[in-house]
Amino acid sequence: MSEVTKIVHDYLRHKKRFPHVLCPGCGHGIVLGSLIRSVHSLGLSKDNVVVVAGIGCSGRLAVYVDFNTVHATHGRALTFATGIKMANPKLTVIAIMGDGDALSIGGNHLIHAARRNIGVTALILNNNIYGMTGGQCSSTTPPGALSMTTPYGQLEKSFDIVDMATAAGATFVARATSYHARIMDQLLTKAFSRQGFSLVEIFTPCHTQYGRKNKFKNIVSMYEDLKKRSLDVAAYRNLEPEKRAEKFPMGVFVERDEPGLEQLYYSMCEQMQGRRP
Amino acid sequence: MSTPDRKKKKKELFALGNEAVVEGALIAGCSFYAGYPITPSSEIMECMAQRLPLIPNGVFIQMEDEIASLGAVIGASLAGRKAMTATSGPGFSLMQENLGYACMVEAPLVIVNVMRGGPSTGLPTLPAQGDVQQARWGTHGDHPIIVLSASTVQECLEMTVTAFNYAEKYRTPVILLLDEVTAHTREKIELPRPEEFEILDRVVPTVPPEWFKPYGENLRGVPPMPPIGSGYRVHVTGLTHDIMGYPTERPDEIEPSILRQFRKIDQHYHDIMLVDELYTINADIVVVAYGSVARSAQLAVLEARKQGIKAGLLNLKTLFPFPRPAVARLARQCKCLIVPEMNMGQMSREVKRVNNGLTRVRTINRVDGQIITPTQILKSITQV
Repeated sequence: MSEVTKIVHDYLRHKKRFPHVLCPGCGHGIVLGSLIRSVHSLGLSKDNVVVVAGIGCSGRLAVYVDFNTVHATHGRALTFATGIKMANPKLTVIAIMGDGDALSIGGNHLIHAARRNIGVTALILNNNIYGMTGGQCSSTTPPGALSMTTPYGQLEKSFDIVDMATAAGATFVARATSYHARIMDQLLTKAFSRQGFSLVEIFTPCHTQYGRKNKFKNIVSMYEDLKKRSLDVAAYRNLEPEKRAEKFPMGVFVERDEPGLEQLYYSMCEQMQGRRP
Repeated sequence: MSTPDRKKKKKELFALGNEAVVEGALIAGCSFYAGYPITPSSEIMECMAQRLPLIPNGVFIQMEDEIASLGAVIGASLAGRKAMTATSGPGFSLMQENLGYACMVEAPLVIVNVMRGGPSTGLPTLPAQGDVQQARWGTHGDHPIIVLSASTVQECLEMTVTAFNYAEKYRTPVILLLDEVTAHTREKIELPRPEEFEILDRVVPTVPPEWFKPYGENLRGVPPMPPIGSGYRVHVTGLTHDIMGYPTERPDEIEPSILRQFRKIDQHYHDIMLVDELYTINADIVVVAYGSVARSAQLAVLEARKQGIKAGLLNLKTLFPFPRPAVARLARQCKCLIVPEMNMGQMSREVKRVNNGLTRVRTINRVDGQIITPTQILKSITQV
């Protein structure tokens, strides 16, 4: 057994009934593997890691890992995570969400979590579709794409998660794809070890619900597409505007060191309690 | 220098119902509040914002909406805190999704709903009791729940403590229904000394983590609950789960899980059903009331007694599980039950169901944003 596989097995719940719910070729498992490697490399105790997940394919990831896991309501993962982090700041709190979860039904919670800089990591698995419910369009489905609810093509524009989080004041915003597992490892390790709110978006292909309907022959072609279109953020910024259309930037977009809300809150309390007669 | 006499005297407060809720919550050990401002419950939130940062480990956070508020409260509850939120009708509607989640994962927490006129935005500053059935059945799916009410400011304090105790003891969300009148009445209350109340905390597991069954059966029907971070790495899910907490679709695991949730409340009916009775022993006419209306009813009953009418009052402090034995006993004994309430008959429906033709049930309903006066109830008593 290779070293990497061994680490992953140490962190999976062996009492949980397998097989898992993910389709063959799904990128979600790669993200979960990266999450485990990042937690392992930081030497965090399993007891102090909390994984809060929303609803959907990404929501099901929580049950497989041997941490404190919460499978929350649709779109509300960040609110649960906020409560947990404020109640016990010693915990490392990771919220796993899908694109429909984080951007559509939970969009409000996402921008507010970013604004208040609560010390949790939002890990958004963006597959451009509602996978588990059967392939309906989400708020990141690109214009023109076909889905069960846009059979003649998507008319609406899609959200850019990175831009939105940046605008909302997130202090760490990064993006990777499930093709780029090493980069993902680095980004997640950084996100889990820093203070304040971190957002990491991962492009992860869904062939079953998205690729099939949108001229991708198979799942491999979707990974190849991610590889072809991705570009490091610095290189992307140097690109001429007309060439940017076929590419998307990847890497760290925002990184500012600011104390998280829970740190500010507890130090305020200490001050106020000290002032009491 | 305080004399022994002085010492015995309790600390008194001139407080709003909403402020009394905060006092009660802090006595009960509440250390987490997440909320969203809404009239007429905002004083609870404002008061918490002032008090919680001053107590060790107290956490106050204002969230972006009521959905998020209850989400954060559930998160804090899972992390081992005694947590609460307060709201009013529109916010309570938003909370129903996460309330169902709290029922499903058996998270102890308290929601105070200061009822205002509805439906929709309705009457933000005027009283009503229109959320009674919503508190019972608002969230989807079959679920047990505890709903309490309070009619005076002193009761606001006491029932908040009771709400926390039930929540912890039975691992369930508890809803405290107040109405705008009770919440915004300012009167003198006695602050009880800490030793006067029994404060209950949730049972935590004592077995080693590898033996622990998060939703296992036991005599009380209430599984122990470890806080997140204590070494018991539990999976918490809103999906129907087996005794290990993992999602299941097996009929032989689904049914016992749901039935246990009901049983944990059902088998403790007698502990949970709280009522106050006044002159009911030989009463011919019994007024069944709750919340601020119970106060009007009390005056009406006293007045009726002065006039020689054998009237009595049953004040429902527990609304759900419905205090069936008390109502059934009085229905057998008296000639008429009168149910005054500030809605179109949400509680009289329960009374009629239990009465089942034993005696007459008269209702007094008011939905004009005004309180039900003692005169109105007295008129109904004398008519009977």
